[in-house]
Amino acid sequence: MDSKHSDHASEPVAMPLAVKILVAGGFGVGKTTMVGAVSEIRPLRTEEMLTSQSVGVDDTSGVESKQTTTVAMDFGRITIRDGLVLYLFGTPGQDRFWYMWDELALGALGAVVLADTRRLADCFPSVDYFERRQLPFIVAVNCFEGAQQYHGDEVRQALDLDPHVPVLMCDVRQRESGKRALISLVEHVIREKSAAGV
Amino acid sequence: MPADDEWIDDDAGPMVRPYAVTRGRTRPGRADFDLIAIIATHPRGTPTPQTSGPEHQRILALCETPLSVAEICSEMDLGLGVVRILLDDLDSADLIAVRRPAPVTQLPSERVLKEVIDGLEAL
Repeated sequence: MDSKHSDHASEPVAMPLAVKILVAGGFGVGKTTMVGAVSEIRPLRTEEMLTSQSVGVDDTSGVESKQTTTVAMDFGRITIRDGLVLYLFGTPGQDRFWYMWDELALGALGAVVLADTRRLADCFPSVDYFERRQLPFIVAVNCFEGAQQYHGDEVRQALDLDPHVPVLMCDVRQRESGKRALISLVEHVIREKSAAGV
Repeated sequence: MPADDEWIDDDAGPMVRPYAVTRGRTRPGRADFDLIAIIATHPRGTPTPQTSGPEHQRILALCETPLSVAEICSEMDLGLGVVRILLDDLDSADLIAVRRPAPVTQLPSERVLKEVIDGLEAL
């Protein structure tokens, strides 16, 4: 514990247990729509100091070193039961906000990576990121109208996914469909956990 | 969002610079507050001069019902960096309790995960 005041044995009120799941994928793939379909969605802003990662993207020459940049994200809350809350976080779409991903991924159960078959390459960075961090994830193919329908196996092959990574088709506008994706992820997390013997 | 040349009202951004409410501080002193750390107001806390600002008071009022850091940001319409500094002030004065999420290596138990599945099914 890094604070002597925290985690009191006698806390003033019952503190709920919070778990989080990330919703990732390329720009415009439907992350916000999915979070909004299954939970009450809210905006979240971070005003971050420009870090070395973003220097070079944002021209800071001639500007004070104390420069902030705003990252806007969405998150949603689902009350599972009294004392257990699930938070969903949509990851920022732009690559320059990778540092925010580290913060989001820390302690997350896992991630739903949304893919659009018309622009499959857009979800490569998300897939790479979660593979590298060994964070469990599933791929949910958002079936946009007008997009050619593919089989899960074709998408799996195109993304070069491990055979155990679930791939499912979804329509992020439908609550039921979003629910299925989240449930599939948590089931995947349970399987990974028992496979790892923890 | 209107076109680029039509930023008016809220779209134009806050009237106060983000870190003005923290008196220019950009880093919390000690503690780290995860987005899903849960904050609750200590009922018997005594405010100090460092925690008498309207934003501090607003957080204390909000967190009479425990809230996550992300929700506090959203409710207050303040950025995460700013809220973390305000929370650090409140924690230093022992005005709040903090429940940090489990360490990364320690996933919730299978029982909790199954509860999450049941909760999602019931949505």
